[in-house]
Amino acid sequence: MAQEKKYAKPLPHLDEENRPWWEALKRHELYLQKCRDCAAIRYYPRAQCPECLSPRTEWVRASGRGKVYTFTATWQNQAAGFRESLPYVMAYVQLDEGPKMLTNIIDCGPEQVKIGMPVEVVYEDVTAEVTLAKFRPAR
Amino acid sequence: MSISRKAAVAGVYEHPTRFAPDKTMYQIMAESARGALDDAGLTIKDVDGLFTTGIGMGAMGIVGFCDYLNLTPNYLDSTSIGGSSFVAHTGHAAGAIASGLCEVALIVYGSSAASQRFAVGTGGFGGSLDPCDQYEMPFGVTTVGSYAMIAQRHMHEYGTTAQQLAEIAVTMRLHASMNPQAKYRDPITVEDVLASRIISSPLHLLDCCIISDGGGALVVTSAARARGLKKKPVYILGSGEAVRHAARGARDFLEIAAAQSGRLAFERAGVTHKDIDMAMVYDSFTITVLATLENLGFCKRGEGGAFVSGGRLRFDGELPLNTDGGGLSSNHPGMRGIFLVIEAARQLRGECGPRQVKDCKIALAHGTGGTLGTRHSGATLILTNQ
Repeated sequence: MAQEKKYAKPLPHLDEENRPWWEALKRHELYLQKCRDCAAIRYYPRAQCPECLSPRTEWVRASGRGKVYTFTATWQNQAAGFRESLPYVMAYVQLDEGPKMLTNIIDCGPEQVKIGMPVEVVYEDVTAEVTLAKFRPAR
Repeated sequence: MSISRKAAVAGVYEHPTRFAPDKTMYQIMAESARGALDDAGLTIKDVDGLFTTGIGMGAMGIVGFCDYLNLTPNYLDSTSIGGSSFVAHTGHAAGAIASGLCEVALIVYGSSAASQRFAVGTGGFGGSLDPCDQYEMPFGVTTVGSYAMIAQRHMHEYGTTAQQLAEIAVTMRLHASMNPQAKYRDPITVEDVLASRIISSPLHLLDCCIISDGGGALVVTSAARARGLKKKPVYILGSGEAVRHAARGARDFLEIAAAQSGRLAFERAGVTHKDIDMAMVYDSFTITVLATLENLGFCKRGEGGAFVSGGRLRFDGELPLNTDGGGLSSNHPGMRGIFLVIEAARQLRGECGPRQVKDCKIALAHGTGGTLGTRHSGATLILTNQ
């Protein structure tokens, strides 16, 4: 669906360090990393635990559920792809597993978004390679 | 080793331009350097330490600037941590001078952000390969949006209001009205701020700093040498710097870098909050001021809304703040840190005319660089004329 028109928003750079995370999103699965040595959970994905530098990592499937921690309705952004989609809601969602993720709240008007509102993940396939984890009000 | 009172700001210059389509960035930097050296009574041949960075410079911009001015300094520092960089440079210069690595430090900045029509706060980000950016850029992060999320959270946790944030903008405009160089000088009211359009909720247009051209420079030298120069020395008492970021997903977003950099600067300066006669706090947005004052410890967390109200931040109030009109009304050429130190020094020298703070002996400058809602730096400096 997204392939019909050229996707104008910035795309993430995929590399060997983050590819498993993006490949999971492609399968519509959201993962977090957990250190096998000190048990710290981390987001975004990276090769070593930032707490203890251990490279021993476990991938933990996230529920995809959380709450809006904070948000803003953006009414001005000159960048291509965004200037055509104003206003949009940018938010931090705190996942039930703990980490806060920067994302967009979709499928509702900006005036409906409230801090603390329960949300659930929506997988948006934006290109053949990239799927983004966005969130909508929990159903 | 303490750097306290080992070095002093001996020369300052704020470029008067706010819009200079006829000038290049390097030209504005060179004119600023000349101004600060003239102010100190020194020449470019005296400079043996150079500190600079900029939004329009290449990765080795400091070397290019040396080429441009035919400089061969003994000490180079292009620490680039956002708009706070020049506050950090001043602390670094004091350290370098105190340890004998250089004697006359030139700190310089210039930008033609306005005439080149940079969308500084609302342009979005793209193209970075830094890991952190890959999880933010796709969602339309803007500078103003990042700060707006801090404001939204502060309102949620503490009941802070848009009116309280607007009071900050109104006070900055009052100060700008007393600064002939300020870009916007007509008084505004809280109602004007609230009636201006929303850029990124809950921040209105008048909650946001302006975009201008401009530049400035500082000359820092040893305390002993400064005492023999043209102007009254402004001694560096203490400095601190810090960063805050996503913290692997576990960040408390209302704790900002100022909490750490401020604590360090106060400890190193050996002064307390009640000793501060005036403060220069980076005002990229109204929320930046409120969050910074809380994190520096001028009030408790959550009390910022009440603290900034009732005229406390006016030049004749309890904590005079940004007496030049700040980034909200005077100038904001992409990065603003250098002007925080310049106005603090002018206040400590008693050069501020109608906006002069009475009996100003100790001033604090705090720069925030980057974006509060994703990652940022903070640099704090405490200065005195005593």
